[in-house]
Amino acid sequence: MLNSVWIIPALPALSFVLVLFFGKRLPKRGAEIAITAVAASFIASCWAAVEWIDRVNAAEHGASIGAFFGKSVMFSGEGGAAVEPVVNSVTWWQNGGIDFGVGTYVDGLTVMMMFVVTLISLLVHIYSTGYMHDDRRYTWYYAGLSLFTASMLTLVVSAGTLQMLVGWELVGLCSFMLIGFWWEERENSRAAIKAFLMTRTGDIGLMIGIIVLFFAVGSFDIAKTNAYALNGASHHDILLVASVCLLIGIMGKSGQFPLHTWLPDAMAGPTPVSALIHAATMVVAGVYLGARLYPVFYEGFSIFNGGINMMALVGGITILVGASLAFVQRDIKKVLAYSTISQLGYMILALGVGAWVAAVFHLFTHAIFKALLFLGAGSVSHGGTHHSFDMREMGGLRKKMPITFWTFIIGSLALAGIFPLAGFWSKDEILVNAGSNGFELFLVVGLAGAFLTAAYMTRCVYLTFFGEYRGHHHPHESERSITTPLVILAGLTIVAGLINAAPLGIEKFTEWVEPTTNFPDLVHAEFDAPLAIISVSIALFAIGVMSYFLFRREESSALKGLTQRNRLARTGYTLLERKYYIDYLYENIIVEGIREPIARAMYWVNQNVIDALVNLVGRSAVRVGRFAYENIDQKGIDRAINASAAEFGVAGGELQRIQSGSVQRYALYIFAAVGAISVALFVLSVA
Amino acid sequence: MPDFPILTAIVVTPIIGAALMTLIPARRPEITRIVALLFTVATLGLSIWLLWNFKVGDPDFQYVENYEWIPGLGARFILGVDGISIFMVVITALLMPIGLLASAHHVDHRVKAFFGWFLVLETAIMGIFLSLDLIGFFVFWEFMLVPMYFLIQGWGHDNRRYAATKFFLYTAVGSALMLACTLVLGFLHEASTGLLTFDFRILAAWGFGGLSITTETILFLGFMAAFAIKAPLFPFHTWLPDVHTEAPTAGSVVLAGVIIKMGAYGFIRFSFELFPRATVDLAPLLLITAVIGILYGSIVAAMQRDLKRLVAYSSVAHMGFVILGLASLTVIGLNGATFIMVSHPLTTGALFLIIGFIYERRHTRQIDELGGIWKPAPVLTALFIVAMFAGIGLPGFSGFVGEFLALAGTFISERPYAILAAVGVVLAAVYMLWAFQRVFTGKPTGENAKMTDATKREILLVAPLLVLSLFLGLYPKPVLERIEPTVRQKIAFLEQKTDYRQKRPHGFDSNRLGGESYKDLAKKALKEQR
Repeated sequence: MLNSVWIIPALPALSFVLVLFFGKRLPKRGAEIAITAVAASFIASCWAAVEWIDRVNAAEHGASIGAFFGKSVMFSGEGGAAVEPVVNSVTWWQNGGIDFGVGTYVDGLTVMMMFVVTLISLLVHIYSTGYMHDDRRYTWYYAGLSLFTASMLTLVVSAGTLQMLVGWELVGLCSFMLIGFWWEERENSRAAIKAFLMTRTGDIGLMIGIIVLFFAVGSFDIAKTNAYALNGASHHDILLVASVCLLIGIMGKSGQFPLHTWLPDAMAGPTPVSALIHAATMVVAGVYLGARLYPVFYEGFSIFNGGINMMALVGGITILVGASLAFVQRDIKKVLAYSTISQLGYMILALGVGAWVAAVFHLFTHAIFKALLFLGAGSVSHGGTHHSFDMREMGGLRKKMPITFWTFIIGSLALAGIFPLAGFWSKDEILVNAGSNGFELFLVVGLAGAFLTAAYMTRCVYLTFFGEYRGHHHPHESERSITTPLVILAGLTIVAGLINAAPLGIEKFTEWVEPTTNFPDLVHAEFDAPLAIISVSIALFAIGVMSYFLFRREESSALKGLTQRNRLARTGYTLLERKYYIDYLYENIIVEGIREPIARAMYWVNQNVIDALVNLVGRSAVRVGRFAYENIDQKGIDRAINASAAEFGVAGGELQRIQSGSVQRYALYIFAAVGAISVALFVLSVA
Repeated sequence: MPDFPILTAIVVTPIIGAALMTLIPARRPEITRIVALLFTVATLGLSIWLLWNFKVGDPDFQYVENYEWIPGLGARFILGVDGISIFMVVITALLMPIGLLASAHHVDHRVKAFFGWFLVLETAIMGIFLSLDLIGFFVFWEFMLVPMYFLIQGWGHDNRRYAATKFFLYTAVGSALMLACTLVLGFLHEASTGLLTFDFRILAAWGFGGLSITTETILFLGFMAAFAIKAPLFPFHTWLPDVHTEAPTAGSVVLAGVIIKMGAYGFIRFSFELFPRATVDLAPLLLITAVIGILYGSIVAAMQRDLKRLVAYSSVAHMGFVILGLASLTVIGLNGATFIMVSHPLTTGALFLIIGFIYERRHTRQIDELGGIWKPAPVLTALFIVAMFAGIGLPGFSGFVGEFLALAGTFISERPYAILAAVGVVLAAVYMLWAFQRVFTGKPTGENAKMTDATKREILLVAPLLVLSLFLGLYPKPVLERIEPTVRQKIAFLEQKTDYRQKRPHGFDSNRLGGESYKDLAKKALKEQR
């Protein structure tokens, strides 16, 4: 199976084509094909996972359970030796002496990602049969889901950076189609375009980073790129430029500050799609890229030195920005969206502080509990508020929707990092490694983030499930197709963390996933019981404080009063409510600033200088012609030419009237972002 | 010499059709349509035969035909095809019947003349792409203006006379300079060697025989003027949006598809061999113009309120990538440039066709007046979405391959330009998606709610272009392996004749990216003359 993982993305891709063309004629309107395909992919992924684990064990103990599966397992050498990734690639085309290959690169990271993507995707597919049942573009929806899954899997199994770029862009395309799925509302298609353009702005960085690495390494190959980065003879400058460029790509895709503002808007899509985007596809693509090409970042940013580097900094800022903004949201999905931003910040931070395993492990656990939370929020709106996500219309759903409530509670506690749920183990691993690798500042940031996370989730849970019901419908528990995925995910949330529970002596995740070849020697921090206790206590304290205010003071009136009484608190609240003015900065200041001087001026020059010059030449020619006609050779000049030339003069005048288009804000705000990035890159390239 | 003069056949087949058409009574437009279609399809058949039999890996001209033409002037009628022109021929032959079918229904007056001019146009374009004699090239180049002028003038929209005249004057100025330079080049060669010829291959081998770099530069600029106007390079682009807006759909498809490629084609065909030193010297100027064109075209495109003007400005940006790739003077970049010339007609052709369909239904192309078309016309919208993403160079479509190669090539030689151009890739997405949003999404307003969806005929017209774009995006090898030998030879020529050396990036040994040794074609050309 490890040699034929191409089949895993191929199945959903095939399903996309089949659903698109034949879906409507089928009894279940195409859902059956899509679900079968992704289920098959899931099984194949599990199979690949088992074979990989077998391979790792074989390398370590010289023993194999491979015979059980009737497959031969390659021994990579003596016991405890390196486990080589399984690489298969073919030359797709050649150009200018360069091989453009496609292929699959399978190691622990790939296998883990395939498992997560297909698992979450499968559950989302099943969930959607209930959630999207009455949608009029049901078939098209399943086609989109299939393509989304296939694109992400293509990205995951890629053997080369160029192939990753293809998957990366296809993921962006699918998110565009699915976020703007209900395009009848302009707002939704606007959110879709914002997502596409903002991530694509980051893609400039990605594309240039890939080209830089390509010309340095002489190949798109991931293994060669990583080997190059670790080879002592390589140029540090090249790696630094490549890391910065790639990081810009990651910032766009993984919603890192300051390119994160598309992510909350992307909530315009159907909720299962949000779950897919936030848990398994799209946003984790950036983190995956960071993990896949980790040696480049490790050397480029000199992470081994400790201290502050760009990657850790971006991650750290993102944690705090995301978590603080999650506080003031009224829409339950937006709370979760900002929470995703913040959690992605943890992953990037972890990569930046040399805690590779922790980053990937957090990706793994976060995928599970974030999918659970999103699907839970979808269930709330489906059965509780009749398609509203406004928490002011919720409340008191605890009794009416018990399954949704309990699963949501489990997800929230996991997110808050409460022992022994999945989130605890992975977050703790990030913190302990940040501390031991000499990044004390980021340890503090991480702890502050943990406090905020626990607090905003308490608020979210309270507003949704406790107190009095404030909506105008008849809440009821959602149907089986919706609750089953919730229960499965809740179960996984409870047990998933134990796979790498250091104090219990289980470090299977590290053993299976961490690469052993072409990888920097990372130090794994020992489990630190006091730190774990501190972080859990902080989270519990946050929950306690928030609960106290929420339950005792009725509807957080104390907090409301606070913002009216205290000027500082009011300022802070406004700052949060306005999203730190980042969108305002993009849309109102930069865009408005650029729109007038640049775009309008350019078009004005186009019409009134360049084109006027042309018309002037034309008109002069007409005058010369007329002069020649009237004075020199009356019979020599054709009347027809003159007639058309005269008309030409008139039309030229008409054309000069400027046709000014009202350029919408963020199209230009993309210009602005693009401008800023290009200036940065330009400076880098020249330097 | 091949037994069957296939290239001549490709050039003359359309014009024979046009001649035949004059015999058909004007009362029978349906016969005219069928005849026109028949002849364009026949040309397509011949082109595909040519492509099929094209020898892969041979950098030289193939199927060369060489006839005496105007002995006094030393002009001969020489046709030949190489890795660069072959695809231009095939794309032209493909777009012609599609353009014809697209306009078959809404051209209802003077049908005969319309189709006649259309076929004449095809002959002229084929002549341009296949001529190896500079005089022959010039004649076809000028000849092309005539049918184009009448097509726009006769079947365009409201402001058509202005547009047609502008087109004519603009391009005529450029070609006047080109003619002068062509003649000077020929006469200089005669003065130096005693042989009066305009055979491209002989002139290339001569390489100015020790004449000063100034002469070479001036002549290069003369040619460049013609090509820059046709390409169109910034700041010579203002004719393009006007002409597009006024041209009928078929005209726009051909214009965007092939005619604006002729400028870039001229650059690639002539500048390297005829003016190697000037090309190397002036490459930075071309790079700057290209980058300005890319950014400028994209930004101005965002300001447009007319869909056709928007796509026209996007063409300015895309042609910037072509010039960028060729001015990078690298094998990869030049491959990319040539590839865009193959890919851009497919995607832009599809966009213009779809805009034409919308116009037929709504009689407007103003973005403000459209809105929410997705609901009444889902299939049309789906086609537009595919064409749009193909156009903005999403990986998987042909546009990406060309742009990526052009960028990579530029990255080798001139890094800052590559980075600025990469910004253009994102800007392309900005204006297209924004236009898409305004035209297709939201609730349909007014008349838009009653729009009909794409018919089977329309789907069949657009689909081949999109399928081909997808195919070439996923598997560009068939095109690249034919382009590359010729391109390598051009770079090799440059390295042999000048002190230019293609940069070797860090990770590459010296031979992999370089050109092959240059083969002198002059002897062969001289032998043909005897």
